[in-house]
Amino acid sequence: MSDTLLKTVFGRLTWESFPIHEPILLTTFIVVSLLGLGIVGAVTKFRLWGYLWNEWFTSVDHKKIGIMYVILGVIMLLRGFSDALMMRAQQAVAFGANEGYLPAHHYDQIFTAHGTIMIFFVAIPLVVGIVNFVMPLQIGARDVAFPFLNNLSFWLTVAGAMLVMISLFVGEFARTGWLSYAPLAELAYSPDTGVDYYLWSLQIAGVGTTLSAINMVATIIKMRAPGMTMMKMPVFCWTALCSNVLAIAIFPALTAAFFLLMLDRYVGTNFFTNELGGAPMMYWNMVWIWGHPEVYVLVLPAFGIYSEITATFSGKPLFGYSSMVYATVVITILSYLVWLHHFFTMGAGPTVNSFFGIATMVISIPTGAKIFNWLFTMYKGDIRFELPMQWVVAFMLTFVVGGMTGVLLAIPPADFVFHNSLFLVAHFHNVIIGGVVFALFAGMTYWFPKAFGFKLDEFWGKVAFWGWVIGYWVAWTPIYVVGLMGEPRRVHHFDDTSIQPYFVIAAIGAVIILVGILGFVMSIVMGFVKRKQLADVTGDPWDGRTLEWSTSSPPPAYNFAITPVVHDLDAWYDMKVRGYERPASGFRPIHMPRNTGTGVILAGLALALGFGMVWYMWWLAALSFAGLLVVAVGHTFNFNRDYFIPADEVTRTESKRQHLLQAGA
Amino acid sequence: MSTEPYDAALHAYGDTHGHGSRLGYRIGSLLAIVLTVVPFWLVMSQPGPAPGWTAAAIFALALIQIVVHVVCFLHLDTRSEGGWTLLAFLFTAVIVIITIGGSVWVMFHLNTNMMPMPGGHMGPVR
Amino acid sequence: MTDHALNARDTGTTWHLAEQEDHDHGGNGATVLGFWIYLMSDALIFASLFAMFGVVSTSYAGGPVPREIFDLKLVALNTAFLLASSITFGEAMPHLEAGRVGPTRFWLAITGLLGLAFVGVELYEFSHLIAEGAGPQRSAFLSAFFTLVGTHGAHVTVGLIWIAASLVQIGQHGLIQPMKRRLICLSMFWHFLDIIWIGVFTFVYLYGVIR
Repeated sequence: MSDTLLKTVFGRLTWESFPIHEPILLTTFIVVSLLGLGIVGAVTKFRLWGYLWNEWFTSVDHKKIGIMYVILGVIMLLRGFSDALMMRAQQAVAFGANEGYLPAHHYDQIFTAHGTIMIFFVAIPLVVGIVNFVMPLQIGARDVAFPFLNNLSFWLTVAGAMLVMISLFVGEFARTGWLSYAPLAELAYSPDTGVDYYLWSLQIAGVGTTLSAINMVATIIKMRAPGMTMMKMPVFCWTALCSNVLAIAIFPALTAAFFLLMLDRYVGTNFFTNELGGAPMMYWNMVWIWGHPEVYVLVLPAFGIYSEITATFSGKPLFGYSSMVYATVVITILSYLVWLHHFFTMGAGPTVNSFFGIATMVISIPTGAKIFNWLFTMYKGDIRFELPMQWVVAFMLTFVVGGMTGVLLAIPPADFVFHNSLFLVAHFHNVIIGGVVFALFAGMTYWFPKAFGFKLDEFWGKVAFWGWVIGYWVAWTPIYVVGLMGEPRRVHHFDDTSIQPYFVIAAIGAVIILVGILGFVMSIVMGFVKRKQLADVTGDPWDGRTLEWSTSSPPPAYNFAITPVVHDLDAWYDMKVRGYERPASGFRPIHMPRNTGTGVILAGLALALGFGMVWYMWWLAALSFAGLLVVAVGHTFNFNRDYFIPADEVTRTESKRQHLLQAGA
Repeated sequence: MSTEPYDAALHAYGDTHGHGSRLGYRIGSLLAIVLTVVPFWLVMSQPGPAPGWTAAAIFALALIQIVVHVVCFLHLDTRSEGGWTLLAFLFTAVIVIITIGGSVWVMFHLNTNMMPMPGGHMGPVR
Repeated sequence: MTDHALNARDTGTTWHLAEQEDHDHGGNGATVLGFWIYLMSDALIFASLFAMFGVVSTSYAGGPVPREIFDLKLVALNTAFLLASSITFGEAMPHLEAGRVGPTRFWLAITGLLGLAFVGVELYEFSHLIAEGAGPQRSAFLSAFFTLVGTHGAHVTVGLIWIAASLVQIGQHGLIQPMKRRLICLSMFWHFLDIIWIGVFTFVYLYGVIR
């Protein structure tokens, strides 16, 4: 075949793009392929494709989509964490004459992939997944406002994640850090596929996240059960609302920044270049207009999870509900005014730096108020130290330290010293692990019985808990210390051997965290094995306070046979106290949205578009873009999108549950 | 909002999101035409750089026209969707101002603080 | 959020809502509100592009300046097309509400043609500029100009596809409720694009020429 033909078909994809000469990648590839083949084989053998496609992939049920988001997040956590282990191992050995086992070129890809994956494909899917599953149940709704859009958002996120995973074995990922700063990310300095993979995967996933946020906001505003005024809404829903409002406000800035960088790389424009009037710092500016509020997009729902758990396991209404709500709203707005603290050192001068420094310090006030609210909720409460509550306590102890180092970094002169140091890296791992990750594990443990009908295994849950908490402190305390000494971040080799012990301790900490992660996986496995013992027939395993505990575990497709009416902030607690009785008859047919495969198809086409653009396979990009248009427009021609669950079926489901409840009681 | 299923107005869809009257549309159209023609005339009638007040005038007219369009064409008022559309609009307006104003402010300070380099990005080159 | 109908505590507590048919999913209201929120996020994409333009609006890099390349007569013509299309869409709305298929389609088609004229003029302007050597690669200012105006133009093109699809769908189904709901969203989209254009012609073209 002629060279031109090859170029036309494969773009810049050649045999050299496959990393067959790198043993680490090759081994990973073989292991992943074997695992993948094993899963595909098992699914085929047990004839599960039809079930998966009909019941899960095409499902528009918010509960199933939420669960799929969480599964995606957990899988990507394993990937992102293996990157972390590799980095810790490299930094533990690469001192003096020892260059370590990773070349700089590979190490740079790993820290970029680690950050990108952990934020975009672990934290976001887990948060979105939990919101997706819990929020409609908490507000007494039967689904979200736009069920099909929900399915599409999920699959777009998957498409983005798959593009990142493909970059592991086909070509390379970016070596530019998790936000791919310009001008380093420009074509002149990063000519290979890495940054393109980065941009396309995040752009595709970003569309999904934005659409999902719009969906959640519309759901919370329009679909609350009668009687649930805004100030009777569970705190978790408030935080979900503020988090998604914030996501809608910030993702456009990221989309625009990536779009402009794409134009620079593909069209040759000069937005962030060093030549012809380009303004590289404008990229930092736009990216951090997204980036700082993004922290709050993640941590606000985390605060919501802590609030729900604290109230439930203290047997008390949340202390200072309205102050909690106002604090959340204030954080939402303030978080938009602090972005420059990520680049105090760029040289904008004292006026600008003081403004953003002060705004950053102010934001710690509402956050601090929340800590006191949780403490006062626990005060004189009837506290049950079950697993979710343990996570909350660990969070409070850990997160406060991260908050305080954050205020330290908010002082511009101090930041000039700490900027780009490992102190900063320790700080944000402190707030994200201590704040967000602990909440996600707390939330998964707390709502797992609601989703699957049995609790997680407690012993392995404890292993997960102690692994994470001890592991976190062992891994990150030494990093704080070397950061204070002035070690910079993103370094793959050190000359000063005297600091090696710190990095060895940090590596040990990472291994302890690994035990925690494996413990969590085991708690699911053992929970499944012991599902008969751990079963939850009541639907209310923790003596909960909010509406999701009033339905069965797992809830029926329609969530509530008859829409509940809310009279109190803790609606389900109120129902239990005032002698509520389940309706036994009078069910009506329930109007539900139909499943559709359009979301999967659109996301598949988006993935093909991204891959085609990364490798300059213009025909593939053009075809898949045309396909996207045709499928999207074609979808609008379908007006037949819903159906009714007949009243008999509802009656049958509900009376089965009634029997179970009576048998249990 | 929460009592939405009781709300008879929801059945007649147009009632929750008013489409304004025909008269509103006509007034809006007329105002929009005037508010478009005037700035074009202001600029096109005087070739070359104009005094500061021309710039101020066209910015003011643009803001007024945006309000006219939002009120007369998008029918934004305090009642539609229980006030949520208005709230969303005001929130967006604040964010737009922060994004544009903040970016320009920050980058302006950067440009004045850093040494201007001819031909480089650090200073405006005319 | 007024709780009329919820005086449950006086009469013995109501725990459940005897519901009306067909309104379990937030109904139409969620669509219009959701679409409104989408427009707000789209407005923020434009805000970012405006911010980019604002930052590099004088970074000419020795290349052409606005006064040399902007033809205000052409911009005025284009502005007239887009404003007229907004007004004609407004003409369609009372017919839409009344369910009159013919006039709705007529005014929608006129709107589409005006939109098409707008995109045509813009493409002419772009090709003219590129031919003159004032393409998007020439300077940061021109990059930002082409991107901002081009993104708006791409949105108008999406609107045109939507109008075309709607014209067909009205023919197939008539003005049924879901169709009306979609056309209300389309009208919001179209008016929104006109509002963005106010920003473009004022800050990019008019201000560019006089500064």
